[in-house]
Amino acid sequence: MSTVLPSAAPDAAIDPDAKSSILGRLHRWSSQFSPRFWFALALTLAVLFFGFVGPYLTGVEDPDQIVGGLYLEPSADAWLGTDNFGQDVFTQLIYGTRTSLIIGVLAGLIATLIGVVIGLSAGFYGGIVEEALMGVTNVVITIPSIVVLILLAIAIDSRSIYAIALIIGITSWPWTARAVRAQASSVRTREHVDLARLTGANTFSLMVFEVLPYMLSYIVMAFVLQLTSSILQEAALSMLGLGPSGSISLGIMLFWALLWESIRTGAWWAFVPPTIFLTLIAFALLLLQSSLDEVFNPRLRES
Amino acid sequence: MKPAESTVPQTNASQPLLEVRHLTKVFGTRETEVRAVDDVSFTVRQGEIVAIVGESGSGKSTLARMLLRLSEPTSGEIIMDGRDVTEIKGSKNLKPYWREVQGIFQNPMASFNQFYSVGRVLRKTLALTGEKYSKAEEREKLSEALKIVGLDPKDTIPKGAHQLSGGQLQRAMIARALLVDPEILIADESTSALDASLRVAILNVLKELRDRLGMTVLFITHDIGQANYIADRVFVMYQGEMVEQGAVDEVLGNPQHEYTQRLLADVPRLGGWGTEDESALEPASIG
Amino acid sequence: MQVQDVRAYYETRHGPPIRAVDGVTLDLDHGEILGIVGESGCGKSTLAAVLSASGPPNLKIASGQLTLDDRETVDLARSGGTPREWRGTVVSLLPQRALNSLNPTARIGDYAYDVVRAHDEKMRKREAMELAGGRMEQLGLPSRVLDHYPHQLSGGMRQRVVTVIATLLNPTVLIADEPTSALDVSSQKALILMMDEMMKEGMISRIIFITHDLALLSNIANRVAVMYAGEIVEIGTTREVVRRPEHPYSKALIGSTLEPDPEQRGQVIHGLQGSSPDMRNPPPGCRFHPRCPYVMDVCTHEVPPRMDPEHNEATCWWVKKEAEQGHETGGINRATDERVATAP
Repeated sequence: MSTVLPSAAPDAAIDPDAKSSILGRLHRWSSQFSPRFWFALALTLAVLFFGFVGPYLTGVEDPDQIVGGLYLEPSADAWLGTDNFGQDVFTQLIYGTRTSLIIGVLAGLIATLIGVVIGLSAGFYGGIVEEALMGVTNVVITIPSIVVLILLAIAIDSRSIYAIALIIGITSWPWTARAVRAQASSVRTREHVDLARLTGANTFSLMVFEVLPYMLSYIVMAFVLQLTSSILQEAALSMLGLGPSGSISLGIMLFWALLWESIRTGAWWAFVPPTIFLTLIAFALLLLQSSLDEVFNPRLRES
Repeated sequence: MKPAESTVPQTNASQPLLEVRHLTKVFGTRETEVRAVDDVSFTVRQGEIVAIVGESGSGKSTLARMLLRLSEPTSGEIIMDGRDVTEIKGSKNLKPYWREVQGIFQNPMASFNQFYSVGRVLRKTLALTGEKYSKAEEREKLSEALKIVGLDPKDTIPKGAHQLSGGQLQRAMIARALLVDPEILIADESTSALDASLRVAILNVLKELRDRLGMTVLFITHDIGQANYIADRVFVMYQGEMVEQGAVDEVLGNPQHEYTQRLLADVPRLGGWGTEDESALEPASIG
Repeated sequence: MQVQDVRAYYETRHGPPIRAVDGVTLDLDHGEILGIVGESGCGKSTLAAVLSASGPPNLKIASGQLTLDDRETVDLARSGGTPREWRGTVVSLLPQRALNSLNPTARIGDYAYDVVRAHDEKMRKREAMELAGGRMEQLGLPSRVLDHYPHQLSGGMRQRVVTVIATLLNPTVLIADEPTSALDVSSQKALILMMDEMMKEGMISRIIFITHDLALLSNIANRVAVMYAGEIVEIGTTREVVRRPEHPYSKALIGSTLEPDPEQRGQVIHGLQGSSPDMRNPPPGCRFHPRCPYVMDVCTHEVPPRMDPEHNEATCWWVKKEAEQGHETGGINRATDERVATAP
């Protein structure tokens, strides 16, 4: 076969950025993030640093070590005082933050994974598959998750942090599933999906390579939301005394503080720091989520 | 002055290439039933360019999707080489059919997955042939197809869809179809999203494919002017039914159906509408 | 009505701004319909947005003056566009898909009421409905559609009804931005004929009709301006521009208009190569030169002059050169003019 047509003129004008340096591109890429995003990211990283690097900086290996008497006021030795067992609150806070983050991330990943698989399948197949999957999803949504959490937590003997993460994960996926389904059923009607089908792509590769990439930004945001709510759910469970056994989390700190009447005795250092940290983590993550939304969704940027 | 290209199709008179019998597609259940395509029958011969003309909602795109086997017909037969292809199901079994029948769509931007290069889409299509090619052979094949549609392979293969213009993408889309050397190319409103000056270039590509390679083209459009320019025969669809079919001269020169007559009377022309048709001022149905 | 030297650009988050409209000057007589034709990205819709004060927040106006009847001249750059209080009464916009994105629970009559009340707060709903209903009956549209919801009307009917509502207050100029693009040909024709009728009845005194469809435009416009890359490259009476286009771009545009005529059957018509320039960085000299079949050396670095009205005010070096040598420059012959027909 030979050339039968005059060639189309190249559009030099279409891509003015093509030849620019990597640094220049990096700059342009980063300039689309707002100051709000950078603030949210810095705050999130600070919390992560506190939880994961903190233990190595303080040099305290056993957070349960008794350092003094019950409810000692903050001092140079114990920056945030001691709790009802005479343990150092600051050390507890570091380890508690870490546990909360680990549970949050694991539960968030589990919820997102289940949600994406169910939502993607429902949205892509449509028809009976969609109705069945969304039926299950809607049933799970209507069950108050805290009740299920409590029942499951009571039923399980060994409540490791992984077990708690699993329990939270498998009760909170429906929101992700619903959102992903809506997205998937709109993406699947795009012409490139039809085109891939015409090249003989099977259903799995259509879902993974044609539909999923268009939802990635969305899934990242859904994950951040799940992460936030998982941390708060863990705190709620722990405050009821159903938290992970044999470890410290922000919720467990609050549980003990409540149980040992820290409010009445005026030992504010036992309950204020974990409360502030929970708020701070949730605030940082939600801010991160909403500023990511701005980046992914240019329409929001305009207004 | 260039002599006009011959428009006589290279017909293989013995047997039609494609035959469609009583094809019907119904959406919805009994109460909300919409007959998108209603008992449509026609034949297409080898090397013909057939235009299917209709406005939005006429069922022409649903028809295209059924012919491409992207949508299951409710009833009816699509006979290709003597075999009813509606009986073939599943992407694996349909591969041989998609080597014979390929499509290009309306929106070139949406036709390419923005996460991949143009080259990836082309290579995937080449894989449809089932042949094993070395990297060099593969590149050779891709370049060949791109050159036919007037694109520079170096400037096309590694690019993402957002780096090319609509006209270039639509050419790449045609090149993609050429990789499997199909018998029939179905173009569903493939020029509607393009500017007028680029549109004729794409129409010319399709014409050349027929003239030089003997490809059969089903050109689906709402624009009777484009149908007139490119087609040998015209089928007119209206509300799911095929109301008229015949040679371009006959259908456009002496339209029989009332809808075709109205279409021809109402299409805007550079010199103005021939006769003032006051009936067009009457209110449309409200519903 | 006079529009002078409008320059407008879109701010981008990074990189240079997109200079969508770059020095457009127009004038429009009472009772005149001016058509503006051009392909995607030529700036015609941006011009509509500037004139009708309906642009997005990142559309900035660098310069421009608007003079309407006996009103004093408005500096568009200083006021940030056409004054908002002029909307509906002086300048009215008819968009491509009117009512599509609006509140689905509001009836057509509510929109008519809104338009009228924006101008006269004391007007009661019944009066507004009577005004709108009367207009519609006069134009042969059933007034009962005022009680309907937008989704109950066909696309064509909706555009006609919106046209009536947009002109209830007899605006000085109606700006119609691709009002027919989403319609089938019969609805297009009905809308065009209705606009014609409204002009005759004096319900509208001026229309700026913006479209990519030259064939349609030739059926309604008194004069046609051809836009390319943010500039008007040719302007003249519809007859002159359609029959005897001067600018090579207009020639190509008209040459590639396909119509269901027997003479186009079996012809080979060549369009243009390439695509419209990136307006962040338009080519130097004549902006059309990279695609022009008549391109000369001077075109690549010097901005072309604007010709006299005899030559449809075309901005083109080639027209100037040919005209100086006494050659004929206007006209189009699709297949026989090798230079237009065959792209380089």
